[in-house]
Amino acid sequence: MGKYLLIESRDPYEYGDPNYFYELARDLADRGNEVAFFLIQNGVFPARGGAKPDKIGELRQAAPRVRILADEFSLRERGISRDATAPGVEVTEIGALVDLLVEDGRKAVWH
Amino acid sequence: MSDKTITLSLMDPPYDSETTTTALRIAEAALDKGISVNVFAYEGAVMLTMKAQQAHPNPVKGTTVEDQQHPTTSGFVGALFEKAAGDVQFQWINCGLCVDERGAADWIDGPKRGGPGDFYKWTQESTNTLVIGTR
Repeated sequence: MGKYLLIESRDPYEYGDPNYFYELARDLADRGNEVAFFLIQNGVFPARGGAKPDKIGELRQAAPRVRILADEFSLRERGISRDATAPGVEVTEIGALVDLLVEDGRKAVWH
Repeated sequence: MSDKTITLSLMDPPYDSETTTTALRIAEAALDKGISVNVFAYEGAVMLTMKAQQAHPNPVKGTTVEDQQHPTTSGFVGALFEKAAGDVQFQWINCGLCVDERGAADWIDGPKRGGPGDFYKWTQESTNTLVIGTR
């Protein structure tokens, strides 16, 4: 099975198309692939604890094996502190994205 | 230092999208980890490296150029060229046709002129490639 890095930069509360990206993450994981879902820029808004609809909770419930990361810089720019993020979100630096990018065989998709 | 290289493809023009800042952050983080970085600038992104970019004051706030500390994208890219050292390389290619149609040929030191064939070659040689499209 494959390894994927899906980078979501768009806010699903502003645009409809991120929903397809969340579905892609779920479907890839359903088929046994290893998926890292990296939230960045306005893509971090669903990482707030208590955000409704709860896109992160829905993804975790549908695909528990998807690893969900959020860029600390993007969170900080938007006034979202580490302890205000939703359960299951790994707050991390941009270097973690680079580490994933250079893993052997990991396919990267930006949205 | 590592033997890994990432290639980024950018399309957004300067001062238009947060994505440019993110891409440059990714490049800087990779260089810090000893990972070489290639950037292929396509469409409006060829203007990121234009030498004539200037910081400006803010007449609304009455602040000077020095007060504003306004960063330019060419300054950011130039700093990445300076950060690369030894075997850790930073390379930048501007799409030649995109440059010509924009009259955007006067760059800082470092970028080279090229075409999609160069991007394809980089994708074959790199550990990974990230295409960051415009919206």
